[in-house]
Amino acid sequence: MNTVFGVPLPALLGQLLIGLINGSFYALLSLGLAIIFGLLRMINFAHGAQYMLGAFTAYLLLHFAGIGYWPALILTPIIVGVFGAVIERLFLQRLYGLDPLYGLLFTFGLALMLEGIFRYYYGASGQPYATPPSLAGGTNLGFMFLPNYRGWVVVASLLVCIGTWLLIEKTKLGAYLRAATENSTLVQAFGVNVPILLTLTYGLGVALAAFAGVLAAPIYQVSPLMGSNIIIVVFAVVVVGGMGSILGAIVTGYVLGITEGLTKVFYPEASNTVIFVIMAIVLLVRPAGLFGRE
Amino acid sequence: MNALLDVRGLNAWYGESHVLHGVDMQIREGETVTLLGRNGVGKTTTLRTIMGIIRQRKGTLRFNDQDMMPVPLHKTARHGLGFVPEERGIFASLSVIENLMLPPQIAKNGMTVDEIFELFPNLHERRNSPGTKLSGGEQQMLAIARILRTGVRMLLLDEPTEGLAPVIVQRIGDVLIRLKQRGITVLLVEQNFRFASRVADRFYLMDHGHIQSEFPVAQLGERMDELHKVLGV
Ligand SMILES: Nc1ncnc2c1ncn2[C@@H]1O[C@H](COP(=O)(O)OP(=O)(O)OP(=O)(O)O)[C@@H](O)[C@H]1O
Ligand SMILES: [Mg+2]
Repeated sequence: MNTVFGVPLPALLGQLLIGLINGSFYALLSLGLAIIFGLLRMINFAHGAQYMLGAFTAYLLLHFAGIGYWPALILTPIIVGVFGAVIERLFLQRLYGLDPLYGLLFTFGLALMLEGIFRYYYGASGQPYATPPSLAGGTNLGFMFLPNYRGWVVVASLLVCIGTWLLIEKTKLGAYLRAATENSTLVQAFGVNVPILLTLTYGLGVALAAFAGVLAAPIYQVSPLMGSNIIIVVFAVVVVGGMGSILGAIVTGYVLGITEGLTKVFYPEASNTVIFVIMAIVLLVRPAGLFGRE
Repeated sequence: MNALLDVRGLNAWYGESHVLHGVDMQIREGETVTLLGRNGVGKTTTLRTIMGIIRQRKGTLRFNDQDMMPVPLHKTARHGLGFVPEERGIFASLSVIENLMLPPQIAKNGMTVDEIFELFPNLHERRNSPGTKLSGGEQQMLAIARILRTGVRMLLLDEPTEGLAPVIVQRIGDVLIRLKQRGITVLLVEQNFRFASRVADRFYLMDHGHIQSEFPVAQLGERMDELHKVLGV
C-alpha cells in the first residue's frame, strides 16, 4: 500500500478532504467578517449566529414551506442578508463613531439572542438536513472515494469566494467599497451614498455567512450551537490573515483548514489547537496578519 | 449679480474647540479666489465646513442660491461643489484609473478621460499602477483631474502646490488657468502667493477663524507689508 511519511495515502487524502471542507467554511465566514470589518470597522460577533441562522432558515423553508435545498441555497442568503441589512439600519448605524466596543457588545448580544431563540424551540441537539438527492452518493476517484456533496461544498465555496473577490476588486461598487474602507468621508464628499454602502456591505457579509450555513446543513447537523462552535476558529483565521484583508481571509481560510486536516494525520493531539498556535506565532511575528497592511 | 457661493457668519467647531468665528465670503461664478493665512488660522476648516464635511457649524451657507446647511455630505457634490483635500486623498487600494473614475459624474460638462490624459500624460502612462505609487506632483494632478471629470461648477482646492517642485507648481498653475477659461469657479487655499497671484482674481486674508481683509490681485504689490506681517513670512 502507498504511504507518505508512514501514513497510508487514503487516510492522508481523506483528512486532506476534511481539511479542505472545513477550510471552505472558514474561508466563506472569514471573508464575510473581513468585508464587514474593513468598511464598518466593527467586529461582527453575530457572524456565527448568522451562519446558524442560514442553516435554520434552510431547515425551516424545507419543513414549513416544502422549499428544497437548491432554491434554499439562493433564497436563504437573500432572506438572512436582508435581515442583516435591517439590523444595520435600525441599530448598527447608531453606533458608528462611538467606541468600537459598542458594536462588539451589540453584535455579541444579538448572537446570544439568536442562539437563545433557537435553543428555546429546538434544544441544543441538532436537526438532520438531508443531502439533496442530486448530490447523494459518491464518486470513486481511483485513489479515494469522494462523497459528491462534499465535492460540491468545495466547488461552491470557491466559486462564491472568487465571485466576491471579483465583485470587490473589479467592479465600480467594489471600488467604492475599497475607497470608503480607506477614507469614507472623502468618498462621501464625492457624492457617494456611504450610509447605503455600509448597509449593503453588512448585508453582503451576513449573506455570505448564511450561504455557508446552508452549505453546512447537510454535513453538520442544524443546531443552535453550530455557529459558536466554528466562529472562534474563524476569528483566529481572520487574525492570521489580517483584519480586513479580503484575499487574506480567503487564502488563510483554506490553508488553515488544510493545515488542521494534515495535523490530524501526523499529530492528532494538536489538531484542535494548531490554528491557535499559528495565530499566536503570527501575532508575535507579524501583528497585522500575514496579508494585513502594517 | 448674486454670488455663486455666499458665506455669512460661518462658525465651526471641532468638538469643544471653536475654530471658525464668523467667516464671510462671496464668490461670483467664474472667479478664482485665494484664501491666505498663517498655519492653523482655519483655512482647511473653512473649505471642509463649506463642503459639509464638518457638521458642527452655524451661519449662512448658500451655493447657487440654495441653502446648503441642511444638505447631507453625500448630496453636496450633486449641487456642483468639488473638494480636493490638502492630503490629496489618493486611494492606495485603487489604481490610477480607478481613482480617476471614482467620483460619480454630476454634470455633463466635465472633462472627458481623453482630455484629462492629454492634459496629464503621466497619468495615462501610469493608469494601471496603484494610486499611491505616483509622485507627489502626479498625485496632486490625479486629485484635481478626478474632480474635473465630474463636471463641478466650483472647486475647493487646499494647498495644491505644497511640497512640490517648481516645474510641477508651474504645471498646476497652467491647469488652474485652463479651469478659469472653462468658467469653473475656484476657491484656492495657498501659502505661495507668487503662484496664487498668477491665477487669482482676488484674495481673502484670514486670521484666527475670520476674514481679516479682502483685495483684488492688482493690490497685491501695495499690500505686501501687511501680508508679510500677518503671514509671518
Ligand atoms: N480634527 C481636528 N480636531 C481638533 N482641532 C482641529 C482639527 N483640525 C484642525 N484643528 C484645529 O483647528 C485650527 C484650524 O486648523 P486648520 O487645519 O483649518 O488650519 P489651516 O489654516 O488649514 O492650517 P495649515 O496652513 O497648517 O493647513 C487649528 O488650530 C487646528 O489645531
Ligand atoms: Mg490647512
